[in-house]
Amino acid sequence: MHSLGIDVLFKGTNMIRLLKGLWVSVEISLVSVVISIVLGLVVGVLMTSQNRGIKAVLRLYLETVRIMPQMVLLFIVYFGSTRVFGLNISAELSALIVFVFWGTAEMGDLVRGSIKSIARIQYESAYALGLNKFQVHYYIIFPQTLRRLIPLSINLVTRMIKTTSLVMMIGIVEVLKVAQQIIEANRRSSPNAAFGVFAVVFLLYFVVCWPVSRLAASLEKRWA
Amino acid sequence: MDVEVLKTYLPLYNEAILLTIRIGWLGILAAFAIGLLGAVIQYFRIPILKRITAVYIEVFRNTPLLVQLFFIYFALPKIGLRISAEACGILGLGLIGGAYMIETVRSGLESVDRIQSESALSLGMTRGQVFFYIILPQAFSISIPGVVANVIFLLKETSVFSTISLMDLMFTAKDLIGMYAKTIECLFLLVVYYLIMLLPVSIVGTIVERRARYAQFGD
Repeated sequence: MHSLGIDVLFKGTNMIRLLKGLWVSVEISLVSVVISIVLGLVVGVLMTSQNRGIKAVLRLYLETVRIMPQMVLLFIVYFGSTRVFGLNISAELSALIVFVFWGTAEMGDLVRGSIKSIARIQYESAYALGLNKFQVHYYIIFPQTLRRLIPLSINLVTRMIKTTSLVMMIGIVEVLKVAQQIIEANRRSSPNAAFGVFAVVFLLYFVVCWPVSRLAASLEKRWA
Repeated sequence: MDVEVLKTYLPLYNEAILLTIRIGWLGILAAFAIGLLGAVIQYFRIPILKRITAVYIEVFRNTPLLVQLFFIYFALPKIGLRISAEACGILGLGLIGGAYMIETVRSGLESVDRIQSESALSLGMTRGQVFFYIILPQAFSISIPGVVANVIFLLKETSVFSTISLMDLMFTAKDLIGMYAKTIECLFLLVVYYLIMLLPVSIVGTIVERRARYAQFGD
């Protein structure tokens, strides 16, 4: 009876390598999320505009992102850009471009939804009290929008972290790839290592994402 | 772009999309079944089962499908649970989708006004009748936008099946790019085929959503 491979992780620097692999995808997602939130705020506000042209373009953008799997977008940027434009974009940069492209659309839609969800009476009451346009937006609408928005954008972080597991498909060495390498390297001494190692990877993702989504859920409840 | 190349690739993509759709729909069906069952468990607060459902939701909502598939496909055989790649795809999609569907259906059930079940009970209906004739139909129309969003999400998620060597659209595209380096043609077909698969769902979804909304405001 062979062991189930947890021990493999305690050999040498295996566990550290695995954690470093996890950091690669977390890092890509954090950078993408920060950029997406900034751009998403702008796109979201633009989405509420009355201009038909802007609306149509953003609608098309949002639907594209909704319908195309992130993996397809990754392939297009990573493999396609080289062919079409002769650009040699690194895998990391391709991942960043795709996740920002995706995240901005998602964030924009969240911003749009949050702004739209503010009841019209809030505006009317504020104007009736004699506040000017800036004051209405700054003191009344913005704080309420923010309260709705923060839990939703925290959720976006976990979605981003989960989605960045795809980057192994364009050759970035992240936690799954490292896991595969460790399993391969110990094929003879520990043939069942796949169980233990993949179980740990599963657990690692859960340990990273679960607290974040709990935080989002509790904020949502508190501010609802 | 070379049209001749596109023509020679078409049969391969056709096969791939059929596989994706077959596994996708079976997975979505499984997800829906799990979703309904789990939502009922949560709605009626059935002891023990309620806890298990809650843990299941948290685990599958907080891990990527890719990692779940790797675990089912590569890790479980080591403890004697060996299933085919196709079954693995259906199971993986069903499990992750189930976790999302439970949340959607449950919030639909909970948003039906309490007065509805009180009125029905006072009319002499049994608890079962109240649930099936009064609560469920109303909850269903409320959950439709969420269900549609989940279906699109799950169909998109099928793109990770290629990692467990299922010959889906992603797999075919990657394989062909690797062999013949006709990158542009392959990527073009990839996008077109995903559009063929997802655009109708998205459009039908929008129409159904609109109708469901009329049903709600119709009273």
